[in-house]
Amino acid sequence: MATRAHAMGEPRDGGTRALALEYTHAEDRTRILGFWIFLATDMILFGCLFATYLVLRTHMDGGPTPATLFDMKGFGAETLALLTSSFTGGLATLSMRDGRQKSVAFWMSVTIVLGLTFLGIEASEFAHDAFIGAVWQRSAFLSSFFTLVGTHGCHVTFGVLWMLVTLYQVLRRGLTPRTARKVFVVNLYWHFLDVVWIFIFTVVYLTGMVM
Amino acid sequence: MTSGFLQFANHYLMWNEGPLIWISDALIVLAVVAIVATLTYTKRWGWLWREWITTTDHKRIGIMYLICALLMLFRGGVDALLMRTQLAFPGEHFLNAEHYDQIFTTHGTIMILFMAMPFIFALFNIVVPLQIGARDVAFPYLNAISFWLFFFGALLFNISFVFGGSPDAGWVSYPPLTELGYDPGPGENYYLVAINLSGIGTIATGINFLVTILRMRAPGMTWNRVPLFTWSVLASCIVILAAFPALTVALALLLLDRIAGTHFFTVLHGGNPMMFINLFWVWGHPEVYIVILPAFGVYSEVVATFSRKAIFGYKSMVASLLLISVISYLVWAHHFFTMGAGADVNTFFAIASMCVGIPTGVKIFNWLFTMYRGRIRLTLPMLWTLAFIPNFVTGGATGILLAAAPEDYQYHNSYFLIAHFHQTLIGGVVYGMLAGMYYWWPKMFGFKLDEKSGKIAFWLWNIGFYVCFMPQYALGLMGMQRRMYTYPANMGWNTLNLASTIGAYLMGLAFLVIVWQILYSIRHGERDVTGDPWDGRTLEWSLPSPVPEYNFAVIPTVTARDMWWAAKYEGQMEHVRPRAEDIRDIHVPKHTARPFLIGLSFFIAGFGLVFEWYVLTAVGFASVLCCLLLRALEEDDEMVIAADTIRQHEATLGRV
Repeated sequence: MATRAHAMGEPRDGGTRALALEYTHAEDRTRILGFWIFLATDMILFGCLFATYLVLRTHMDGGPTPATLFDMKGFGAETLALLTSSFTGGLATLSMRDGRQKSVAFWMSVTIVLGLTFLGIEASEFAHDAFIGAVWQRSAFLSSFFTLVGTHGCHVTFGVLWMLVTLYQVLRRGLTPRTARKVFVVNLYWHFLDVVWIFIFTVVYLTGMVM
Repeated sequence: MTSGFLQFANHYLMWNEGPLIWISDALIVLAVVAIVATLTYTKRWGWLWREWITTTDHKRIGIMYLICALLMLFRGGVDALLMRTQLAFPGEHFLNAEHYDQIFTTHGTIMILFMAMPFIFALFNIVVPLQIGARDVAFPYLNAISFWLFFFGALLFNISFVFGGSPDAGWVSYPPLTELGYDPGPGENYYLVAINLSGIGTIATGINFLVTILRMRAPGMTWNRVPLFTWSVLASCIVILAAFPALTVALALLLLDRIAGTHFFTVLHGGNPMMFINLFWVWGHPEVYIVILPAFGVYSEVVATFSRKAIFGYKSMVASLLLISVISYLVWAHHFFTMGAGADVNTFFAIASMCVGIPTGVKIFNWLFTMYRGRIRLTLPMLWTLAFIPNFVTGGATGILLAAAPEDYQYHNSYFLIAHFHQTLIGGVVYGMLAGMYYWWPKMFGFKLDEKSGKIAFWLWNIGFYVCFMPQYALGLMGMQRRMYTYPANMGWNTLNLASTIGAYLMGLAFLVIVWQILYSIRHGERDVTGDPWDGRTLEWSLPSPVPEYNFAVIPTVTARDMWWAAKYEGQMEHVRPRAEDIRDIHVPKHTARPFLIGLSFFIAGFGLVFEWYVLTAVGFASVLCCLLLRALEEDDEMVIAADTIRQHEATLGRV
């Protein structure tokens, strides 16, 4: 229990130690809780997309198969970029807890660059697929594949924009309870996308390679 | 030029389709002119903008939801009467098949998504913060966004009738019928986009009220002391959060099929239409519990108040609410037993569906036991509650028949089913919403609705209901299928159909009496000067009617389950009544136009998607992003109501 409370940013020893910066105001605590619940709904949204993919993944209609489409180097690099970005995002949150503004800005910038790298690789993969005729109008498998992975990609794009806006606020206003909450929440979102990617990596890519 | 206009008029305004469209156009123009003229003449534009459009006050947002729900009840009701007029006699040609299809589609969609949903949200907004002793919901700004997304979603859906054509594939919109090849034109796109817009708002509302109830309760309000309406909202929100994302996905994928040429639910290239039906009902069945649970909450409040007794079996009431919210997620396949999933799958869903009857039965008995030896007052809310019980029990019993999978092969898509779900949705949800509206009306507006005309409406409606729907059970067993637009004279269905139509008109008449009742009561309704016109039990009745913007001058301390009752009769008043010296400055959110603009931007983007005019879509979404950016960079979104102002205001109300 103690460790979980700490992970949630609440005091480890029953309140004698100060709250983490993003939890100091009741209003910010409420918003963080609201965001956790939003993530739950987003998880169900992805759950439905995964279910659709699992139903339709064998419906290739004589078109491109997962084995011909998926390129280990490509999705391996995407995975590496995104997983590392989640780590650097975590470092940004930790620096924020220590009140080191420059360090927060640095790690957030690294996270943004890694996010853009991920998006770049994904875009070039998609472009390559389209080039060889694997477009989402081709078969139900491709429709569900591009929609699932593309929805994740859209989330990452939005996350990059959001992180840029948050970075601007940290640089402009410093680390206040309010900006700290924003840093914390955008990183929650980022970690969530990382979790979704791990499922895409396993359910879509790895299973697709051995199918 | 003229030919260009004629082409536009025929293609988009459908002027070649005859008087139904012309009359609607004329009525819309008249209504808009009347509204604009009235606002201009009474110089109310500024008032409308400042007090309503830019508000983040939960009470005003609730009232706006209520007005929309009543308007949509009218629209959906007119659809119903058009259908019943068409079916009154065999072989009629009052409507052609195409118009009939459009009308049953809009009737169902509007009644569920644009009538029942805003009606429950009206009560969520008006009641929950007051019942738990809070100043507002957890996220007032998000609350306003939810409302405007709903509003513009409803608007988008409704304009389809006169601009481009209504959806016409049923409120469930099953593919492959709804795929582009079989159903061209913008109608289905309207359905898909409009519902998704308001659906996003609904998810936000679910988050908002869940967090509100988890975090904003007054000190001392432990889970054991939370009023039952608030508990029902909590259960409903949990179901919203679990179910609505599935609807978002189902509609988005079907929209992709239609505008991007994908193959999720097509019959070609490996698509699977049954996947849509599963996704739709994974949302669709929980959806009916989303709207019925708050109605259960209303009945619990009303029964306790008007029996002058604490609710019987509070804990079992809470447990049954939560149990229903869990089971609601495990029954969806009973909507398509005939899909052929196999005996094992059908058995699971049949048993799960029947299980819902157990917690629901617990609730029915608890309401009856609450009334037992109570001092019952037959006010309007109580009348609707009393009428609900036999009505809903009958609907529940026929539901058990439908849940038996082998029997369902006989009832499936017949009028037996139509009668069943109207009995649960009208007899359960609409009765509950009307009871809630009558019950909390004085809290919203400071006067009661007239009892006498209310009783006329009550009897007209109830008699009309049974005359309308009981024959439909028989018609279903006699083989009449839903969605047929006409029938031959030799089927033996004539008398029952005519009776059903007469009943529908009685209900329509009852609606008109309710409208008259509201207009009459604005002038002549009994004023509520105490804030507690019903001798209520929960905290909202401790406040003046209508409630001041800041709700509670001092947040009360809760020491009992029925806190206001305890204050009045058990000497706990000092925990509830504000003392002048305790009043502090209160922070409330500033008024803001941005939620309205976000809704409008989504509307523009959605309109672009419907007609595949992507420039509009890009403009709309860019505008949404701008609004989000401005919100992110906003430094100060609160204003202060000074303690002195509050003290003065409370003094004029005679409270300090």
